[in-house]
Amino acid sequence: MKILVCISNVPDTTTKVKFAENNTKLDPAGVQWVINPWDELALTRALELKDNASTGVKSVTVAHVGLAAAEPTIRKALAIGADDAIRVNLAATDAYQVAAQIAEVVKNEHYDIVLCGIESSDFNGSTVGSMIAEFIGYPSVSAVSSLNFENGQSVIIREIDGGKETVSVPTPFVAVVQKGIAKEPRIAAMRGIMQARTKPIKLVEPIAVDALTEVVSFEPPQPRAKCVFVDAENPKQLIDLLQNEAKII
Amino acid sequence: MSVLVFTENWDGKFKKLSFELVSYATKVAEMLGTSATALSIGNVADDELSKLGNYGAKKIINLKSEALSTLDSQAYTAAIAEIAQKEGAKVIIIANNNMGKSIAPRLSVRLKAAIGSGVSKLPLSTEPFMVYKRAYSGNAFAHVALKTDIKILTLMQNSFDLAETANAATIEIGSVAVDGAMVKTQVKDVQKQIGKLLLTDAEIVVSGGRGMKSAENWKPLEELAEILGAATACSRPVSDEGWRPHEEHTGQTGKIVAPNLYIAIGISGATQHLAGVSSSKYIVAINADKDAPIFEAAQYGIVGDAAKVLPKLVEAVKEAKAK
Repeated sequence: MKILVCISNVPDTTTKVKFAENNTKLDPAGVQWVINPWDELALTRALELKDNASTGVKSVTVAHVGLAAAEPTIRKALAIGADDAIRVNLAATDAYQVAAQIAEVVKNEHYDIVLCGIESSDFNGSTVGSMIAEFIGYPSVSAVSSLNFENGQSVIIREIDGGKETVSVPTPFVAVVQKGIAKEPRIAAMRGIMQARTKPIKLVEPIAVDALTEVVSFEPPQPRAKCVFVDAENPKQLIDLLQNEAKII
Repeated sequence: MSVLVFTENWDGKFKKLSFELVSYATKVAEMLGTSATALSIGNVADDELSKLGNYGAKKIINLKSEALSTLDSQAYTAAIAEIAQKEGAKVIIIANNNMGKSIAPRLSVRLKAAIGSGVSKLPLSTEPFMVYKRAYSGNAFAHVALKTDIKILTLMQNSFDLAETANAATIEIGSVAVDGAMVKTQVKDVQKQIGKLLLTDAEIVVSGGRGMKSAENWKPLEELAEILGAATACSRPVSDEGWRPHEEHTGQTGKIVAPNLYIAIGISGATQHLAGVSSSKYIVAINADKDAPIFEAAQYGIVGDAAKVLPKLVEAVKEAKAK
């Protein structure tokens, strides 16, 4: 079995985001780029499955839709342990465009399992994984917190609103994964970093697909009013504020 | 033309989220000069269905299908797409929760409909169709133009006020060409959280962080939550330590919540934590460190040790509630 893990290249989650060009684009000055945290967990789980011979997973490939500037992030995924990588050379502007490109890759290379993180920390869309599945007609399972194989069958735990379900879907499928899928992201060891230098990143030219949405502008969140402090000896005053000023309890 | 809203039910009952969705759809329909049609999938009795009318739905489609008794994203997508086409839906509204996230993106591809995911406000305009959504994990908001004829919006839970109206809705039986052969998801086991207020449903959340010091210290926090009718939550280090279950982790990689009141106790307020709670209407912070970043996000704060402040706070709430 072959696994494809989709990775997004996002600003480090502690970045103070600023915008440029009339608030239409992220200001890249001083931004550290990383693998989207959920995609990193997806990659970790894919490698764990490959480490366990009984799962039948033979290879783990990462795919990214973006320009050459993202190569350090792709190399990091290779250093963590992915066997190879594919980069679709497109500065995509929405999830639909990204999903269409990845779907084309899956069609051409035939992966049995496609893993995506539940959302990217930049656009917070939660859409690419399930979109890929619809493009290629694969079943998809969302909010996956555990993925295993037993006797050749997938065993998947997904979070539902109000609990958990254990489900199985036949391969090929797409799993959109979240917290719990792997305990901690795997860290690249020195050996992995050395090997990553020679692992292949296949460059694919994009197919023509228009974006369906356009980000017109960004704005910072509304500033909150300054914190009103209450004396630690007198929490009654806090309750009074919550009841009579905020009127929420 | 209509606005179609997919309303999820839980064992045949709707909850506040369902009514938020219908209230939202009704307002969007008003903006477009049309009306809202609600779609319910599953076994829901007529008197329960008619409640959707109280929030403005003119028509309620009751779709009962054996094939849709389990959530299979392909089958649900096919069913909703078919109903949307029959109804001439121009806007489709779905919850931005686990179920909605598994269906809405597929529907977007199937109908070639632009998706505005995780909206918390009405569209900013309809010509062009512009939505306002969270971006960069709460560090920004984006104005996004949806450029297709049909649009899909997924609504954040607890972000839109209920709007009751005097309105009579008609209930119709729906039918779709979806059969069991399409269903690829086999459910082996279900574990429901019964009798516990869900974190994502809660209007008040009481959350503890590393400043709580140990798992044993959670008693007064739980007591506070109970008297307030709140759900309990925690920060990432707490769930990583195993002091609290992972389901309670709020923050960027955990659950994203938007309650009316979020009480953060012993939580310093790292960016990643704030990313999951910054949409809360009010934040109260209790922290021993007066310079903790949580106080920048909070409207009300107490500088003090959680172990000392909590028991006093519990007493104060008890007293206030007794009045």
